[in-house]
Amino acid sequence: MSVAGSDFAVRVEGLEKSFGHWPVLWDLDLTLDWGQLLVLFGANAVGKTTLLRILSTQARPDAGTLSVAGYDPVRTPNAVRRRIGVVGHQTCLYDDLTCRENLVYYGRLFGLTDIPRRVDEAISRVSLGHRADQRVRTLSNGMQKRASIARAILHRPPLLLLDEPEAGLDQESTVMLQGLLKEWAESGGAAIMTTHNVDLGLAWGETGKIGVLADGKVQVQEPGRYANVAEFRQVLSSSLVTRQRN
Amino acid sequence: MVLVWKDILLEVRSRELVISVLVFGLLVAVVFNFALDVTPQRVTAIAPGILWVAFAFAATMAMSRAFVREREQGGLEGLLLSPVSRDAIFLGKALTNLLFMLLVEMVLLPVFAVLFGFSAMSFTLIGTIVLATLGFSLVGTLFSAIAAQTRSREIMLPVLFFPVILPVIIGAVEASTRAIGGETTVGLGRWLPLLAVFDALFLVICPWVFSFVVEE
Repeated sequence: MSVAGSDFAVRVEGLEKSFGHWPVLWDLDLTLDWGQLLVLFGANAVGKTTLLRILSTQARPDAGTLSVAGYDPVRTPNAVRRRIGVVGHQTCLYDDLTCRENLVYYGRLFGLTDIPRRVDEAISRVSLGHRADQRVRTLSNGMQKRASIARAILHRPPLLLLDEPEAGLDQESTVMLQGLLKEWAESGGAAIMTTHNVDLGLAWGETGKIGVLADGKVQVQEPGRYANVAEFRQVLSSSLVTRQRN
Repeated sequence: MVLVWKDILLEVRSRELVISVLVFGLLVAVVFNFALDVTPQRVTAIAPGILWVAFAFAATMAMSRAFVREREQGGLEGLLLSPVSRDAIFLGKALTNLLFMLLVEMVLLPVFAVLFGFSAMSFTLIGTIVLATLGFSLVGTLFSAIAAQTRSREIMLPVLFFPVILPVIIGAVEASTRAIGGETTVGLGRWLPLLAVFDALFLVICPWVFSFVVEE
């Protein structure tokens, strides 16, 4: 599968990123094919959000070669931005606009044609039709998160980058998100999501890859290496424990 | 224009910016009217200064909200994730600030004219206000983006804004003094082009600096 002429959804080689004298990512290599979902585990402050911020053009790497949806996020950031959908910790929605108005606004920013239909599709995909014309401030946290997911998929990006997308979502919304990611991968797209939820991550990772970010690098885990799911679960759980660094 | 549409819609819904800035400007007019004895002989010397004190402080109030709202609601992150050039983002925000400030000044100017006894129907005075407000909105938008990233943003904005905007304030006061005093071309021939030159400089420098400010 190839989207926009690129062989890989994400290809990272030798990525390095520090904050002052504090190295966060170093010698990080990562490859994600189209049609794959990468579930990324890691303790607090190991650099999961930083990695997603670099891939989404929000932060600059100190060193390394990057290709996101076939484009370099440093040299051609706008080409990358057109091809990614990002769900972060903030919803990026304006409280005093309705959900629909927010999506129309983002549709215009992305220069979409046929915005009303695209907005309706995105709203319907996250099952928010009955609240679409209410101001965002009146929606619950979970609904705001769903609206944020609708914002991320509005321009039908081939690559989704999701930072703990399950936070604030109820069971029904989590199932909806799982279906969405599966559909994304099956249609040839790709997604990277970070999570602290081992059960959820294992369930979602069944259709893709599971990685652990530790010591500045992503180590892709092979479930087959472990005797059973319980042992694999134990390994993932231990990766979520914050370790002291010198 | 997408940004301008969004900001106007947000302001219509929240009414948190224009009304508070307007009330502030009216209070300045009333306070100075009572504090100073503005006689017809002294109006040319006093009124322009008071007018621009009110406009400049009102501008800092208005600009201080420009990026705070974007940051508080995560809108700036969404904006930066869209394939829109940083120049376009800056110019969109500056245009919104310019429109809000011109709206406030359109209401305040007749009030000042009545209280201090001068004619607001002066083409040169209106031209001065438009040129100076353009400078305010360009510099104010840039420093609002910088200040919004700091903890003491309310203090930081005026501290950054006033030293840079000082030539525009001087030019605006001088041009307004001549416009209110009925002078037509002699003095204005120097001050209005000066304002235009500073606007042109800010129009080039501010968007360029902004792109560095919003990138990590």
